[in-house]
Amino acid sequence: MPKKKMLLMKGNEALAEAAVHAGCRFYAGYPITPQNEIPEYLSRRMPEVEGIFIQAESELAAVNMVYGAAAAGARAMTSSSSPGISLKQEAISFLAGAELPAVIVNIQRGGPGLGNITASQADYFQAVKGGGHGDYHCMVFSPFNLQEMWDLTMRAFDKADQYRTPVMILGDGVVGQMMEPFHPTPYKRPRLPRKSWVLNGAKGRGPRVVRSLCMGTGELEQRNLILQKKYELMKKQEVMCEEYDTKDAALIVVAFGIAARIGLSAVKELRKEGRKIGLFRPITLFPFPAKQIAALSGKGRRFMVIEMNAGQMVEDVRLAVNGKADVQFYGRPGGVVFTPEELYGKLKSAYGRRG
Amino acid sequence: MQKSIIIAGSGGQGILFLGRVLTSASMIERKEVTWFPSYGAEMRGGTANCTVIISDEMIGSPVVMIPDILIVMNRASLDRFRPSLRKKGMLFYDSSLITEKLAKKDIIAVPVPSTNIAGDMGNPKSANMVMLGAFIAKTGILRKTSIISIFDDATDPRKIEAFRANKELVRKGIDYIENT
Repeated sequence: MPKKKMLLMKGNEALAEAAVHAGCRFYAGYPITPQNEIPEYLSRRMPEVEGIFIQAESELAAVNMVYGAAAAGARAMTSSSSPGISLKQEAISFLAGAELPAVIVNIQRGGPGLGNITASQADYFQAVKGGGHGDYHCMVFSPFNLQEMWDLTMRAFDKADQYRTPVMILGDGVVGQMMEPFHPTPYKRPRLPRKSWVLNGAKGRGPRVVRSLCMGTGELEQRNLILQKKYELMKKQEVMCEEYDTKDAALIVVAFGIAARIGLSAVKELRKEGRKIGLFRPITLFPFPAKQIAALSGKGRRFMVIEMNAGQMVEDVRLAVNGKADVQFYGRPGGVVFTPEELYGKLKSAYGRRG
Repeated sequence: MQKSIIIAGSGGQGILFLGRVLTSASMIERKEVTWFPSYGAEMRGGTANCTVIISDEMIGSPVVMIPDILIVMNRASLDRFRPSLRKKGMLFYDSSLITEKLAKKDIIAVPVPSTNIAGDMGNPKSANMVMLGAFIAKTGILRKTSIISIFDDATDPRKIEAFRANKELVRKGIDYIENT
């Protein structure tokens, strides 16, 4: 087998370079730890590809510049970390309402408030349940290693264009800051609908309008129904998840992002010792792999959800299981990163307890 | 095989760079490897540390609480990380800067006078590279040639001189372990 080309860079840098590969030519952001390598990298890289890099005066300015660039047809991205993402929520709601494609990156840190700078998963609710006002969702990807920081970033741009929707990459301080080798998968542009709505000057044609304000009778309801139809389609077509040793498992650990990666260390150790334990990892958080989890429930199986927060995704797991299995939870809030030893202990005792 | 290594010292000692070289060399040998730095305010003039995990299998957590190997380049880092070292774990320390006798119960202590050796070479700030050489020679986790080859292909012409110096410093570290 020919050896694959591998790259070694930080997660944030891998994400930034993948964005450039996918044709992102507009980036605006405002500094915050632990995502600073993204603007740092793109400030160098964008000029090389005749793209635009702007360090804006605020998070609000940055995300609204992305709104403008997206309306003009560019592949556009902004990034921040938790408190900065809260500031961007108004514009994200506007992007969803105006049906504009954009990629928003959240390299999560501990909250609430300014919190701290260590890795966290406490923005799950904000990412998957809306975040801003109105009936909308972002499509949400949750990378758990650097290969996915690369691959899912390229996918995010395609899905944003395909569905005309804001897409969020929900990372965390660990995947953002760490380095590990990954294969820089070449970008292959899929067939995508033509951007027939782009605001690029009305020469020789009538003017177009891109907006989220819908004041006419029934107009806003119609817009909402279009959005809901998109979300239903995403649920059918875009769910991504991964299973490890779930077939014969009596206890299934459910985790996303970095928690899944750390959890996998503990699950493998317990498997080696002969316990029937597996791990289920949602890769898209919206659309959530509810059907796949429902299919695993029943047959006396139990679930254990682990998250680096006080219990958020566990609610979606309980909805998916719908009473057919016992669902336990273990979490660490406040930017505390699990240790494999800690999870090994927790999962071992959860396994031992008869449900 | 899986080895977790915590490298710690003060900001400016090249702690993160030592880890990066180790990570690059592991990649050359097609091993699974992760590098995770301390980041944020603590790096400013204070302590710096990073965790490197080298493995033959997929690595789960890039963060560890109980490392197999500890490399400490100053006294504060020794005090902070020494209690977490695994039993029978290896402790590499800069014996030019940490001169007192260490309690060696349950650990393999490897003193390396890396600051002095680097100083003799006219490069006292590059004690990290001497320590890297000593680490490679003592543990045998990676081939010496992998480390050396990192410094063979400087794509940036401004770095050719620094790379050449680093190569010499790594060799000195290897010599120190093999010939003393």
